[in-house]
Order: sequence, then structure tokens, then C-alpha cells
Amino acid sequence: MNTQKKSHNTVTVIVLLILVALIAIVPLFVKKGAEFGGSDDAGSVMVEEVSGEAYTPWFTPVLETMLGGELPGEVESLIFCLQTGIGVGIIAFFMGRLVERKKQETLRNDNH
Amino acid sequence: MSKKQRKTVAVCAVLALSLGIMPVANAMHIMEGYLPAGFCVVWGVLCVPFLVAGFFSIRNKLSENRRALTILAMSGAFIFVISSLKIPSVTGSCSHMTGTGLGAILFSPSAVSILGIIVLIFQAILLAHGGLTTLGANTFSMAIAGPFLAFAVYQICQKLKVNRKVSIFLAAALGDIFTYCVTSVQLAMAYPSESGGVAASIVKFLGVFAPTQLPLAVIEGLLTVIIVIGLETYAMPELKSIGFIKEQEVR
Repeated sequence: MNTQKKSHNTVTVIVLLILVALIAIVPLFVKKGAEFGGSDDAGSVMVEEVSGEAYTPWFTPVLETMLGGELPGEVESLIFCLQTGIGVGIIAFFMGRLVERKKQETLRNDNH
Repeated sequence: MSKKQRKTVAVCAVLALSLGIMPVANAMHIMEGYLPAGFCVVWGVLCVPFLVAGFFSIRNKLSENRRALTILAMSGAFIFVISSLKIPSVTGSCSHMTGTGLGAILFSPSAVSILGIIVLIFQAILLAHGGLTTLGANTFSMAIAGPFLAFAVYQICQKLKVNRKVSIFLAAALGDIFTYCVTSVQLAMAYPSESGGVAASIVKFLGVFAPTQLPLAVIEGLLTVIIVIGLETYAMPELKSIGFIKEQEVR
């Protein structure tokens, strides 16, 4: 019974993961040639459109002030990766511990 | 129709809906320096009570039992991962998810405000993404409004005896969407349109934010369900100890 439930879960997880991948990838093919642009520029364009005039931000990001310009794209992706890495690291660490604990528990139960 | 078939139809409907609408836009946090100073202060002040409540909520939960720390760390890490992934959307631009639904469901929405603000500060300082002046507004939308809605949706679904996985999906996805609705309102209040005032402006900002975010909200919902399945399989004692799963529910 228990193993049946487990394999049922595995199927669900796999199906969900495939769905996630599909939703994420399909737009690339549907909207060929679209820019898939970054964040800040398009946002500012919209503010200008609504307010009807060019808008000058009254505060520049601290980092850009220190660098005297925008963060280079490659470095930006580095920091984004760092953020992902920290998160995945924490999740993987705890998940690993939990999985191992479960394994030990089942072993102990089998022995007794 | 059998249950399975109905599910298939529902999934198809959601996909069709999300693929059907596509104006071009970018849905992101509010940029540095893009809210007038007054708004920055007001949103910031509004966040304070939630952050304080969140701080106490986390402290109480942890002093009750240390085990909760594992789940808390994982919810925080989940926000870190999810909000760093920029995903292409059907509108031809990229956006990212919030990841705040998980923590809100497992812990309390106020606890998530603390986790969320950590991520926002990280991105504001290191990535010039979002911003320090708009931190208050972004915290309110991503770390307060979204999680609270997710929590409410989950509670309602539980009351209505909706399947747990479905409730989690709905809570996380709607929380994600709601975050960007609040962002639209915040922008609209700062930039009312000349002809129709704030309301017209809200419609305008929503029109460009929502379609981009819709498929991503679906992804966030699915990912949240996946991680909860993982936790249910391996971390049952923790889930019980934080009261997410009641003793008698366990089969």
C-alpha cells in the first residue's frame, strides 16, 4: 500500500515537472524573435506611456552609483546564479538529510 | 466524465487561457527611484507592523520546537531559488515568480514577510533589481499581500474540503498573481492616467502585468505542489510539528 502511494507520487511529480518545463519553454517557440527582454527598461517605458512624459528616476541604485554605470550583463547573471545556488544548496542539504533519515528509519523498522 | 478526464480538461483550459492572451510587457518589481518619495515612505511604514508580527511569529514557532527551523529554512530557500529564475512568458518577455506561497501555507503569511524582505534586499543591493527606495512597496506586494492571499485561499480551500494538492496549487498561483496586481495598483496610484485617473491607470498596468505573469503563476503553483509532495514524503514529523498536517489525517 505504502509503496503504491509512493510510486503514485513519483508519477505526479514527473508529470508536474514536465508541465513546468513545457510552460517555460513553449513561449520561446511560439513567440519566435521576441526579445524576452530584461526588467528595468520595459518597466520605465510603461511608466512614461501612462504618465505621458519622460521620467527621470530620482534615485539610482547604490551599486550603479558605486560602479558609475550599470552592472554588466554577465556579472548580473553571475549574481542571479549565486542567488539560485544559495537557495538550491539549502534545499538540497536539508532534503538530503531528510531522505537519509527516512531510509534509516525504514531500516530500523525492518530489523525489529 | 471521470475525475481524471475532468482534470485533463481543466489543465487544457488553463493552458489555452494562458497561451491565448499576449500583449508585450515586463512584470517585475518596481524599479529604483520610480516611486515618488512620499509613496516610498507610506508603503515602507505599512510594512513595519507585518514585519514585526513576522519576527514574533518566527520566534514563537522556533521556540516551540527547533524542528520548524528546517522547514523555515527550506521555505526561505524556495523563495530565493524561485525569485531568481527569470522565465520567458507567452507575451514575449521575461518575468520571475515570487515563491512566497509555500512559506505562507506552511508557516504564517507574516513569517514570509521576513523571508521575502531578505530576498528583496539581496536583489536591490547586489542586482539593482527592485530598489532600496521602492523596498517598502515591493515588500508590501511580494512579501505581504501575496502571502496573505495565498494563506487565505488555502484556508478557504481546506474549509471547503478541496483536495490538498489542488488547494496548494490554487493558493500559490493566486498569491503570485495577486502580488503583481498589487504592484499594478501601487504603480497606478503613483502614476494616475490623465484621462481616467487611478482606476484607468490600474487597468492599464494590469493589462500588461497580468498576462505575462499568468503562466508563471501556474508554474509557481506546480512547483509548490512538488515541494510539498517531497516534504510530505520525507519530512512528515516536521510538518506535523508545525501543525501543517494534523495527527489524525495521517494514513
